[in-house]
Amino acid sequence: MVSVEKRIWIARDYSKCSGCRRCEIACSLFHEGRIWPEASRIRVFMLIPGVEVPHLCVQCEDYPCVEACSVKALSVNQKTGAVIVDKEKCTGCGLCINACPGKIPHIHPTENYALICDLCGGNPQCVKVCQEGGWKALTIVEREEDYSYKVYARTVEEITKDLTVKLYGEKGEELI
Amino acid sequence: MFGYAGKILEVNLSTGKISVLKFEDEILKNYIGGRGLAVKILWDRLGKHWEKINPLGSENILLFLTGPLTGFFPGARTCVSGKSPQSNGVVGSTIAGEFGVELKCAGYDGIIVTGEAEKPVYLFIKDEDVEIRDASHIWGKDAKQTVTLLTKECRELLEKRFPRYGTWKEPSILYIGPAGENKVRTAVVAAKWTHAAGYGGYGAVMGAKRLKAIAVKGTRALPEVADMEKVKQLTEVITKKIYKKELWRRWGTASSGYDVGAKTSSEPVRNWQDEWHNQKSYGVDKFENRFWVKHYWGDFGCPTTCMKIAVIKTGKFKGAITDNPDYELQAYLGTNLGIFTPEENVFLASLIDDLGLCGIQTGNVLGFAAELYQRKILKKEDLDGLELEWGNAEAFAALTKKIAYREGIGKIFAEGTYRAALKIEKWKKTNVLKYAIQCKGIGIGAHGIRSGEDYPINISYACSVQGGDHTSIACLPINDLRSELLMVFHDSAVYCYFNTFGIPRNIKFEFYKAVTGVELTENDWVNVKALRILQLQRAMLLLGGPDKKWKPKEHDDNPPRFYEPLPSGPYKGKTVNRENFEKDKKRYYEAVGWDENGVPKSETLKKLGLDDVDKVLEKIR
Repeated sequence: MVSVEKRIWIARDYSKCSGCRRCEIACSLFHEGRIWPEASRIRVFMLIPGVEVPHLCVQCEDYPCVEACSVKALSVNQKTGAVIVDKEKCTGCGLCINACPGKIPHIHPTENYALICDLCGGNPQCVKVCQEGGWKALTIVEREEDYSYKVYARTVEEITKDLTVKLYGEKGEELI
Repeated sequence: MFGYAGKILEVNLSTGKISVLKFEDEILKNYIGGRGLAVKILWDRLGKHWEKINPLGSENILLFLTGPLTGFFPGARTCVSGKSPQSNGVVGSTIAGEFGVELKCAGYDGIIVTGEAEKPVYLFIKDEDVEIRDASHIWGKDAKQTVTLLTKECRELLEKRFPRYGTWKEPSILYIGPAGENKVRTAVVAAKWTHAAGYGGYGAVMGAKRLKAIAVKGTRALPEVADMEKVKQLTEVITKKIYKKELWRRWGTASSGYDVGAKTSSEPVRNWQDEWHNQKSYGVDKFENRFWVKHYWGDFGCPTTCMKIAVIKTGKFKGAITDNPDYELQAYLGTNLGIFTPEENVFLASLIDDLGLCGIQTGNVLGFAAELYQRKILKKEDLDGLELEWGNAEAFAALTKKIAYREGIGKIFAEGTYRAALKIEKWKKTNVLKYAIQCKGIGIGAHGIRSGEDYPINISYACSVQGGDHTSIACLPINDLRSELLMVFHDSAVYCYFNTFGIPRNIKFEFYKAVTGVELTENDWVNVKALRILQLQRAMLLLGGPDKKWKPKEHDDNPPRFYEPLPSGPYKGKTVNRENFEKDKKRYYEAVGWDENGVPKSETLKKLGLDDVDKVLEKIR
């Protein structure tokens, strides 16, 4: 085991997400130099109005995506624990998406490689703007060794179902 | 040009032809986008025979336009326009949401829809793939079902067509509800269950074209800008400032449901028979504590997030979901109907959303109907058995449904307050137009002018090119921040002007330059470019037709009620002074270059390069 010093984790509280999508703006500006929601590594889904779900990598303990990659394009950054995609090696085959319990990665809209949150090297831009705005749907916490994180890798559909009932009560059950 | 996708999509629903067109830089520099460009397109294509164009006929053109600042300036919107079935002129009606951003990311600055489909259709756009799809299975569905079904269907299409992409994010959808399908003149183009392009009645235009919805998914980046560093820096200036306005963010306009009535005394109460109330039951905390499940809800890039989601989870209105309601709907679906309980207000707003109606225009017509009932001009038997007492939320709900489906008495009120008044005058042979609180076919927004304490002034609605629209008011001097000559900029660059509150006034032009690379001064904007757009809008408004034309002498006026003294409250007795009004109207005509009859002068038009408009206006001089 490699020693991990104070790795961070992005805790998410979906019901606090305002849907402002400033996280998508910040992420795509940081990684692409453009405002580009579809190329953002964090994507805010809204399958039901008002039920916004910021969806991004949770860094599972066992990294099934890294395991699944047949061309060794994915690796784990030893400092941050983030999954790093080697753009040159990645073929955009989608094996990592299938392996992800939350189907979180997606393929870059114009290039042929997978997009996965890299924690911006340790200073996530999405969290910064979310905190600045006071919404606090995304918060940086210290990653604890004995916690389970993979459990948070859930599909947008699963999260939406739960959240719709939380927000809309019985009417929510009807809507989904 | 920087900031633009560079293409406009044109879809002819009669022939099924789909094409792409481009506008010259010169046109974009002058008309920007959104409302300005809409006015230009409509004039060029329909101006010569404007009076003959039926807003609800296949000859009308329906526009969905972004602007260069859409997606960049905090708070994205989209401008919907066409010939208005309310005013017979042009309204630049904007709606919040991601639609404009998705559209630009798909490669288009806007969509021009012409003709009419034979059967219900929706438009599905994924970048360069554009298709007209059958919508018979969603025709008749309410807002909640429409959005849910279309989201599912479009995501399935995307997943089938692009299986390797991963999970597809939903497309952004604009749609109409049953009211739009039934060509109700108070119908909206809607988004996200609760958002609406209300003023103008474009939901009816969309319904007349049998266009149920447009769904768009754009996967590219927003267009290149001239100076991204500057865009980032200005965004920071705006967001920092907005973040400090915590009460504005926390309550949005919802605190006004009590404040405007109690303090500025300018809130419609019982069809504007009063503008004051002191009902603490209607304070924002009652809405917040009882119904809000999301306290900060916003659209793409917005730091304000002034929307809130309200849900009723128990009792007889269980299952109602709406936003806030915001001030306008608290007033028009509350105080204006004699309703002072948040629960009933949330219930009515949710119903209005579901049916695809405009809360302001429909609340205006409901109030009008209730006053006729109060005055016994319309009786229970005239109203299909409804007892339209003030405060009777369930009776108002029943009438709302009749309006949306054009059933029974609903047929008359589905025409909007003004046209309903004309019909009822013929039927009951008595003057009811005096109870219609509207200007040029458009019900007046919930900000009265009698107390003199609210932001609109005596001529604001009477002289506006968008009639009763409270988001586009006439003001003196014409470069006042409230003036529609400045509002046209927000609606043409297309972003939410709520994010300009408390921000230095020049920032929007700096932002425009950072995005487009084009220098624009406020002086050049107000006195040349916006003034040109205003003249075109005025010209089309006055040409009007086919069912009604406006005479400035008669119709550049407030509803008669605004000359009655306020009956109660801190400004009891105050009203609009007729003499001052006439003086200010004259001053306004002069300031914008209209003759004493309110028609744009030849010299004004020629100076602005609008010689062709001058020729067409000959017939009404």
